[in-house]
Amino acid sequence: MVTFIGRIIIGTVREVINICSLLFDVLYWIFVAPFKRKVCRRESIFHQMIFIGLRSVFIVFFVSLFTGVVLAMQTAYQLEKMGAVLYVASLVAISLCRELSPVFTALVVAGRAGSAIAAELGTMKVSEQIEALETMAINPIRFLAVPRFIALFFMLPCLTVLGNFSGILGGFIVGTSSLHINSDLYMQTTFKYLELKDIYTGLTKSFVFAIIIALIGCYEGLNTRGGAEGVGRATTRSVVISFILIILADCVLTAIFYFSKM
Amino acid sequence: MSHNEHGKEIIISLKNVGKSFEGRRIINDVSLDVYCGETFVIMGCSGSGKSTLLRLMNGIIKPDKGVVSIKGKDITRLSVEGLDEVRKSFGMLFQYSALLDSLRVEENVSLPLKEHTKLDENIIRIIVKMKLSLVGMRGFEEYYPAQISGGMRKRVGLARAIALDPDIVFYDEPTSGLDPVVGGVTDKLIRDLSTKLLITSVVVTHNMQSVFKIADRIAMIHKGEVIEVGTSDQIRNSQNPYIQQFIHGSPAGPIDFFTEDAGVTEGLGL
Repeated sequence: MVTFIGRIIIGTVREVINICSLLFDVLYWIFVAPFKRKVCRRESIFHQMIFIGLRSVFIVFFVSLFTGVVLAMQTAYQLEKMGAVLYVASLVAISLCRELSPVFTALVVAGRAGSAIAAELGTMKVSEQIEALETMAINPIRFLAVPRFIALFFMLPCLTVLGNFSGILGGFIVGTSSLHINSDLYMQTTFKYLELKDIYTGLTKSFVFAIIIALIGCYEGLNTRGGAEGVGRATTRSVVISFILIILADCVLTAIFYFSKM
Repeated sequence: MSHNEHGKEIIISLKNVGKSFEGRRIINDVSLDVYCGETFVIMGCSGSGKSTLLRLMNGIIKPDKGVVSIKGKDITRLSVEGLDEVRKSFGMLFQYSALLDSLRVEENVSLPLKEHTKLDENIIRIIVKMKLSLVGMRGFEEYYPAQISGGMRKRVGLARAIALDPDIVFYDEPTSGLDPVVGGVTDKLIRDLSTKLLITSVVVTHNMQSVFKIADRIAMIHKGEVIEVGTSDQIRNSQNPYIQQFIHGSPAGPIDFFTEDAGVTEGLGL
């Protein structure tokens, strides 16, 4: 039993070290290598931005819209008892911008793009494509991980902003239709209580989530072993680990923002 | 570069190289020399360690012990940048081509050129066309690897391997999975590249038909050790029972796949 626990701990520590070393590698290729004239291909970054960002717009819009709808209905159920239905607007906006939109968007993107990154890199690994890059003296981290990393880092916050808007739209639809709040009043209440810090704390979170998704997806993909089954395992692991880390990071960041009164 | 006793230039040299994976010895104290401009074939059964030997030669894996030198440089001691510099002077054809799925044929072949040279786009396009004509794949520039057959993928892989005009090309099972005709064409291509472009070729294969067609010299490897090295004729006429069994593909001989007590027939109750 002790051996078993020991093995798990050693394995986990080793993985954490490997993930950190991948992060440092990526940071090296982003910030240091360009000075040595080894830049990442721009078209590859745009290609990934389209795949990760643009193609996720639809799903992020709908997930956030319905979250806004549900949130409005659930809070209205409570607030009706106190006769404060109007505050549905600010409650929906603040909880979406600070918490729900960054987390849900990150989870959706982890499920969609994170898994795709792991599967693509995993397939490349098992079909010797990564090895081929190495023999061509092309660093796989620069060529494959860095574009995905940069694309996620910029696109996830953009998607989160989209999520904020569509969530507020969802709340607006419920508020103005079934709760009979005047549309002007709804929007006024929304922006009256919504502060800039609510937006940027949410966006700070989404930057961190982007790093988590890219890092885990690339790490699992580049360390895939054992054929099709290995690719499946890497994909599943990337989603599971990303989900856990996103929630964990959210918890830690929320605590930091809360205690530092942000 | 060093020379051997006959004055031939040695381009790749392995000295007492050993490699283990998870405690299992794959390569055991191998010493080999590959001469400049020759086609050197490493043959052996599946699992004998020949692909590992190829990966040791091109620096994808590092040996546990011994020295691997390419053009006189010990690649086991080189930094990443140093190793990359050496790698630019060789190409590799992988068993399953290893073309990048997301790139078109043209992009695959032009990749090393775009990454390592400052050539103009138009010149790169011309070079790619030349390389593709050399392997008989002109006209397939716009296709994705998934849209062409295995043999075609191999030829594109070869075009990519020679894109930077390398001194050495490594071939990992170049004819496996190909029909005899395409296999023959691939063999001829390897031979042509060797004679026309004076490329040193290191070929790993267990396809006996191609071995004698393409090889200048052959090394037979068994259980991670080199049994014999010699010219095609020397190997063909070798009295070594391992080599004779391998050449003739006979089930009986010193190369054992099934021991008597774990034989297939016995397992079936026959």
